[in-house]
Amino acid sequence: MSRADTTASRQLLPVVPLAALFFAAFVLPLAALVLVSLFRDPQFTGLSLVQYVRFLSDPFSLKVLSDTLWLGAEVAFATLILAYPLALVYVASGQFMRTLITFLIMLPLLTSTVVRTFAWIVILGRDGIVNSAMLSLGFWQAPTRLLYTWEGMVLALTQIQLPLMALPVINSLLRLDGNLTRAAEGLGASRARIFITIILPLTLPGAIAGWLLVFAAGATAFITQTLVGGGRIILMPSYIYQQAVGVQDWPFAAALSLIFTLAVTGIVLAIGALSRRFMRGVDAA
Amino acid sequence: MQRNLVDRVYSAVVGTITGFGMLLLLAPTLVVLVISFTGGITLKFPPPSWSLRWYVELLQSQEIMEPALTSLKIAAAATILSAVLGGAAALGLARSKLKIARALDALFMSPMVLPAMAFGLSLLLVFNLLGIRLSAATLVLGHTVICVPFVIRMVGASVQQLNPVLITCSLSLGASRWYTFRRITLPLIRRGIVASCFVAFLTSFDNVPVSLFLADARTEVLPIKLWAILEGSLDVRVAAVSGVIVLVTLAGLVCAELFGGVSRQIGNR
Repeated sequence: MSRADTTASRQLLPVVPLAALFFAAFVLPLAALVLVSLFRDPQFTGLSLVQYVRFLSDPFSLKVLSDTLWLGAEVAFATLILAYPLALVYVASGQFMRTLITFLIMLPLLTSTVVRTFAWIVILGRDGIVNSAMLSLGFWQAPTRLLYTWEGMVLALTQIQLPLMALPVINSLLRLDGNLTRAAEGLGASRARIFITIILPLTLPGAIAGWLLVFAAGATAFITQTLVGGGRIILMPSYIYQQAVGVQDWPFAAALSLIFTLAVTGIVLAIGALSRRFMRGVDAA
Repeated sequence: MQRNLVDRVYSAVVGTITGFGMLLLLAPTLVVLVISFTGGITLKFPPPSWSLRWYVELLQSQEIMEPALTSLKIAAAATILSAVLGGAAALGLARSKLKIARALDALFMSPMVLPAMAFGLSLLLVFNLLGIRLSAATLVLGHTVICVPFVIRMVGASVQQLNPVLITCSLSLGASRWYTFRRITLPLIRRGIVASCFVAFLTSFDNVPVSLFLADARTEVLPIKLWAILEGSLDVRVAAVSGVIVLVTLAGLVCAELFGGVSRQIGNR
């Protein structure tokens, strides 16, 4: 080993403790997860792929997975629609408005998930804000069930994950060359046209980055899914929990975890790779 | 003339959605604070009367105060552990051009992409297979792993901004490595460390998926307790706990902001 090599390796010395921790508490557990998913039954009698076959041949399980991924996608699109106007206003505003928007975006990011979810229970509940407002304004005759519905869950998750979308979109809008929009404006393009033909394509990398973050976060949000969605909507996180803790079927729970992980990360990696491929030359966010 | 109209419609749409978005961001936090001062016994909004009764009730509920204390201890331990180990690793990785350094960096970031439920279950399985009894220590271990990515990113970003010439100067002027670290490196990356400790603490304090699988009967943490309460009944005491969490977090943010510009660090994440 040359001397340069030794110094280069010596620099990595402070990394060793964390690497050891990650081996014991991250790599090893994941290996155990794979191993357990290969057992035939909860008594660990023999190895087979039966858990995976069981998942793929069961319409209920497949529906749970597709519902979960669909939820993530829906929430991600909803945050996208909210994030762009917010980012456009942010970029066009002065210091005060910018600080205010930053504060509002940070606020949900810093309040605990259980608290945020609890807030939505108060808002959507039978005696909640929406119901009492609609009743007293005379729009509704009787309280409407909003809690424990799919739509309520999407709304709550949209608010909870909005910061993850707003931050990357604002960052890529800030990096956009102002001369481009000014030139288009000088040439007579309307603001809507400028947005569609210039701003949107050039900030797409930031939007896709945010979309992927929200998609993954929405699909895996166990707390909000169980408390706002309620017990009747079964999604992958609660399915895993139910199989592992309720039924104590560890091999199937492990297989569910791996399938879910692969599905989410697979979609994230595939969309990420596609977007890089089609947007070469656009400033990567 | 027509362009004017189109522009006005566009501005109206952007303005309306922005207004709605800002309201949406603010409303839940506000709602929690308001409902926590209700004098009623349900989550009826607006509250029929005002009082501090739920805060008083909270102080007297051993079953909530104890998990809260446990959560604080676990979060403190996980923060210290992830800051020390993660900070050291970030320093080592930042300057290295070795391939293995890039691989390790990817490894340390991966808890962020792994669904937390899968990680929680995998920890439960490994501790069971190895015959390790669940305890507060195993919980801290799990929390540390999910806090590390924030430390690696934020401290790493601070190290990248550090001018290496300063360190060379200090060393060539005869300062020891330890002295250089203490007087040059540490003060210059302080912002990143403070910000990542803040985020790590919140991450651990807020974590449910890992605690759900790892908490044994004696170490009950606050988010799990609150989740269980909310699943069973809609208890107003949760509003008081939430109010306390929101106010303490805001106070913490102000402190962290004074020490190291946390909001900028998180914004740059």
